[in-house]
Amino acid sequence: MSESTFDGYHRPDGRIGIRNYVAVVPMSATASPIAKRLAADAEHMVRATPHQLPLHPPTPAREQLERVLVGIAHNPNVAGTLFVGLGTESTAIEELADRAARAGKPVETMTIHDAGGVSGAIESGSDHIVSLVDDARDATRSPASMESLIVGLECGGSDATSGLASNPVVGRACDRLVAAGGTGVISETPEFIGAEHILADRCADDAVRDRLLACVDRRERMADLMGVDFRGAQPSPGNQEGGLTTIEEKSLGAIAKGGTTPLQDVIAYGKSLPVGGGFVVMDTPGYDVESVSGKVAGGAQLVIFTTGRGSTTGNPIAPVIKVTGNPETAARMADNMDVDASGVVAGERIDDIGDDLFETIRAVADGQPTAAERFGMAEFAINDIPPNEIASMGAPE
Amino acid sequence: MKGTTLEDAAIVMTPEDTVGTAITDLVADRTLTLRDDHAVTLTEPIQFGHKFALVGHEPDDEVVKYGAVIGRATTTIRPGDWVHTHNVESIRGQPAEDRP
Repeated sequence: MSESTFDGYHRPDGRIGIRNYVAVVPMSATASPIAKRLAADAEHMVRATPHQLPLHPPTPAREQLERVLVGIAHNPNVAGTLFVGLGTESTAIEELADRAARAGKPVETMTIHDAGGVSGAIESGSDHIVSLVDDARDATRSPASMESLIVGLECGGSDATSGLASNPVVGRACDRLVAAGGTGVISETPEFIGAEHILADRCADDAVRDRLLACVDRRERMADLMGVDFRGAQPSPGNQEGGLTTIEEKSLGAIAKGGTTPLQDVIAYGKSLPVGGGFVVMDTPGYDVESVSGKVAGGAQLVIFTTGRGSTTGNPIAPVIKVTGNPETAARMADNMDVDASGVVAGERIDDIGDDLFETIRAVADGQPTAAERFGMAEFAINDIPPNEIASMGAPE
Repeated sequence: MKGTTLEDAAIVMTPEDTVGTAITDLVADRTLTLRDDHAVTLTEPIQFGHKFALVGHEPDDEVVKYGAVIGRATTTIRPGDWVHTHNVESIRGQPAEDRP
């Protein structure tokens, strides 16, 4: 195998998966326990995406929810999908399944009402899963190019080492990925506040720049709307203990994950991310689990997650590579970390560790399990849009 | 590492920065040489990852790290003082009426 390729699953829509999963996707919070139960009772390749959204969200929140649910089915790591509903959701489950089926992969549906309650739903759901697993087993790995990768770049549990070491290391790996023709995605718009002028200068054109600044402005106005400020919450108490004083300082460190190439596009939460798109932004909230889920719904097959203080977060659909720049965390939580970037603090070159990380990306794409995968860490959460935000500012883009 | 390390004890990201970051736990009274003509003596212990002032700041002076403004001083900060939430506040991410 050449160093610039890996073996992936070639899907009917031409996209490349790096894992081969059957997704069990609940339509609502109500259907989530059944989805979890079905996945827990099935084999490892069956993954649930439980979430907290209600049966009848207001229209903009419902449209965003539907986009994410379809996006999970479209993620290249997913071979086939079972949508599970209570049966009374505002979203029509068959219409959603039709949208999901456009990727050419098997999609099935089941509602708890039609199945005659919980026991019927578990029985019927298990039958659907057996059939989807049979189909998924036909998929095999074959050579694919790094340009097929969409990689989500995330940070959580940040401290001063995030901006000094781990995020610049990820930035180097992002530059390598973009040079190889792939897509690197940063998100968490509140963590651009105070650093947006630097990202704005990197935008490929004025339209991208205007969209970026509008997203940051909207997130800042949301703080006004809720009658709160970010002080106290951003940076979080843990961030502050780690030496981060203000949101501006956290943001300036956070954007280092995006490397140095031009910012090509700004994409709404959960919307489809471009293949071969270079460096892009997804407009997400600052909550890392919702942010990761949005990028996975956008098609990211893999996530790189930096953490100074020691996050253990994973994702049910995309492997998550953990990088820490904090020497104490690297030692204390060695089992949970994939890449130790703390050598940067002791004088090792950012570019050297970034190149090692790029190789780790290739190896994980090729099937090497991450620490979060080994421990079965699989958090999932979908961003809700609060009604007062819709009332005051209208729906986001 | 990008930036300039001082005696393996601290890092200054750009020449415009008004603060440095400790890359190991530092004791009070330690003197760090920035350039040939400029040294700073720590007035208190500085924990790993935390910041200290390279220059004096008056209230409302901008605090600069990564070559960019990270907030404003809320009190007088002497060279070598610990710089954190007790003497610096964010300019952004707060209700519009409070913004300077």
